[in-house]
Amino acid sequence: MTLGWLMVSAGSLTWGAVPVGLEAPLADLRAVGPQGSGNEKAAAAWARVAAADGAAIPGVLEAMDGANDYALNWIRLAVDTIAQRELAVGRGLPVTALETFIADTRHHPRARYQAYELIRRMEADRAEKMLPGLLTDPGNELRRDAVQAVMNRAAARVASDKAGAIAGYREALGHAREADQIDEIAKALMGQGETVDLIRVFGWVTKWKMIGPFDNTGGTGWSTEFPPEKNLDLAAELDGKKGRVRWVDYETRNEYGLVDFNTPFTSLKEVTGYATTEFWSDGARTAQVRLGCKNGWKVWVNGKLLFARDEYHRAAEMDQYRLPVELKAGKNVLLVKCCQNEQTEDWTKEWEFQLRITDEQGTPILSTR
Amino acid sequence: MKSDFLNLSLRMNPMKTVVSVLGCSLALSLAAADWTQFRGPRGDGVSTETRLPTRLEVGSVSWAIDLPGRGISSPVIVGKRVFVTASSGAKQDRLHVLCYGLEDGKLIWERKFWATGRTMTHEKISGATPSPASDGTRIFAIFSSNDCVALDLDGNLLWFRGLGRDYPNASNSLGMSSSLMVAEGVLVAQVENDSESFTAGLDVKTGLNRWKLERPKKANWTSPVPVTGADGRTLVALQSSKGLAAVDPATGQVVWNYGEGASTVPSTAVSGGRLYVPSQGLTVLEAPVAGGEPKQVWRSGQLRPGTASPVVVGDRVYTLNDGGILTCGDAKDGKRLWQLRMKGPFSASPLAAGGHLYCVNEKGLVQVVDPSAPEGAVVSELDLGQTVIGTPSIAAGSLFVRSDGKLWRIGRESAL
Repeated sequence: MTLGWLMVSAGSLTWGAVPVGLEAPLADLRAVGPQGSGNEKAAAAWARVAAADGAAIPGVLEAMDGANDYALNWIRLAVDTIAQRELAVGRGLPVTALETFIADTRHHPRARYQAYELIRRMEADRAEKMLPGLLTDPGNELRRDAVQAVMNRAAARVASDKAGAIAGYREALGHAREADQIDEIAKALMGQGETVDLIRVFGWVTKWKMIGPFDNTGGTGWSTEFPPEKNLDLAAELDGKKGRVRWVDYETRNEYGLVDFNTPFTSLKEVTGYATTEFWSDGARTAQVRLGCKNGWKVWVNGKLLFARDEYHRAAEMDQYRLPVELKAGKNVLLVKCCQNEQTEDWTKEWEFQLRITDEQGTPILSTR
Repeated sequence: MKSDFLNLSLRMNPMKTVVSVLGCSLALSLAAADWTQFRGPRGDGVSTETRLPTRLEVGSVSWAIDLPGRGISSPVIVGKRVFVTASSGAKQDRLHVLCYGLEDGKLIWERKFWATGRTMTHEKISGATPSPASDGTRIFAIFSSNDCVALDLDGNLLWFRGLGRDYPNASNSLGMSSSLMVAEGVLVAQVENDSESFTAGLDVKTGLNRWKLERPKKANWTSPVPVTGADGRTLVALQSSKGLAAVDPATGQVVWNYGEGASTVPSTAVSGGRLYVPSQGLTVLEAPVAGGEPKQVWRSGQLRPGTASPVVVGDRVYTLNDGGILTCGDAKDGKRLWQLRMKGPFSASPLAAGGHLYCVNEKGLVQVVDPSAPEGAVVSELDLGQTVIGTPSIAAGSLFVRSDGKLWRIGRESAL
């Protein structure tokens, strides 16, 4: 396929250099959406894109810019297929062009990571040499690999150079954004006798006002609008499940930010609790509410329901749910509803959640007050 | 790629099939049976193969290969190709579909996706827990994130669905495991969980919803199995905590229902028009042949399966509990005939082929059982040395076993 380059636009999104002849099929791949919409046209388009030669890969990757998650997979697979065919016949891949593509952080992080994977497959040493430059990368996968390389070097120094290992882990901690990686680094540092302020590193929201218990017999409380959902009045005394209830102050000192309803309200079953707090932001901005919870829950910010889930006691982990949110400048009000069910096994006693606010990459955003 | 022989054998009593095949080895050698879904084309764990080795030894392994990710899904075998799913990455959000040569285990192609749904699972399992399925010309794969993909046998993408993205509360924080099943041109995806619980019938050509059936809001790890309807067409039996519903795969309409509850882990086995349902121990139902509801034939608390699904061969039903007790019952009345203590624990379901049972424990010990011995007998063992949770597959005179890191072919017959 002879390649030329031109600029095209698809809707309001502008994406860049597209191999000639692939504009229309790539547009069809970008047009896929929820419920399988666009699948039929995309299947034919995919075959045309996947038939391109290796030189087309950077242009095809560029079509990921601004694409939705469904389209990303269609395009990704076309690139995989092109690469596999090129490598099978010994033609190689345009490594220099891929390197240039990665360097342009305006491209979609996943496209850049796929380009990195292709380089790693072709020239592992070359890929490894790129990692130090990716420690502050806006793409989570590239950044994660770069942080992991620093962690690996630190781990290798533990026995022979404790100070060097600690310095390495500190460097990794400064750049890590994934909760599991931060946790691993923190534990390694603490294993060397270092102190890590996990509450601050993760950025947990620790100060809350809580009220409860309200009823959740038979799971009905999850869908019942108790007064805090209708009128958040922190001075109000309300009818609870077992009498009048009031808001109480609560601050967690748990390193993983666990906000435990059992502490103020004792271990109860078939109950509902609420927690609220103010979160102050210097300016209006896009952010994520990151929640971990194994109870039924709902989360509102400034009165808007972000998400609700009625699964009980399967499992919880940090950043289990990532809820996009638009923060206002100044005061924002968070409200969390947390429901406990009827199970009595030891592993069902938790009535708690953990919550932090981050940017899209996972950098903690702390309340300014 | 079902052969005529296989299509014929599907309508026969499995034990009679084995007997007839033994007397007709030439006929069998001309027909390779594909293993198209979890526990085989009938979803019952019974193979028509007779050439599997029974005296296992290290030399029984014809090849073993490394896999690029974790998984407990069963391999699917179509013709001379073995299809496997896997997941990788710190969050298990890289989803792999792999195609290997049956003869040599060499990689033919690999396709990788990004999960669009939640990927959190119990540590024992991973994103690649549900087994893929094939209609003979396409391979369908679904993952714990409820991402579902269709590829042709050469790895060309036909469609993609992000069911976990389309239905954002359809997930299980312990992981999803229900395997896919194809019937009447419809791919049945059982996406049942505590919250947004449903089963979908997807058009095999486009991935679009043909139907979507609301299902009990309860975590469910069982898999659909085919059962013959009154008109001879295939129905899909969907098991849940509520019981078992037979659904028309073309429309999603419930044709009949059994409502006395069932396990959410081991799946039903179908044999000779009867359904062996993990319900209150083991409950055997006669599928209705002229409308109406199924009739209970017998029920036994002594034949309660563990994680592994039951297997029925002729007039014998076998269940395996998690600790490793293999129980043999009379399929006619549920009377317990014998018990055999095996080396457990077990998660993988037993398979039957050539008059033997093949059981793989969680430590990777393959145990071959001769159930014709008076109390059953383990006739050979092979230690694979890795944790095995997933149910193996059978094709080409071989057992295909996978761990998180490896895929083994045990058996040396050439594919045809």
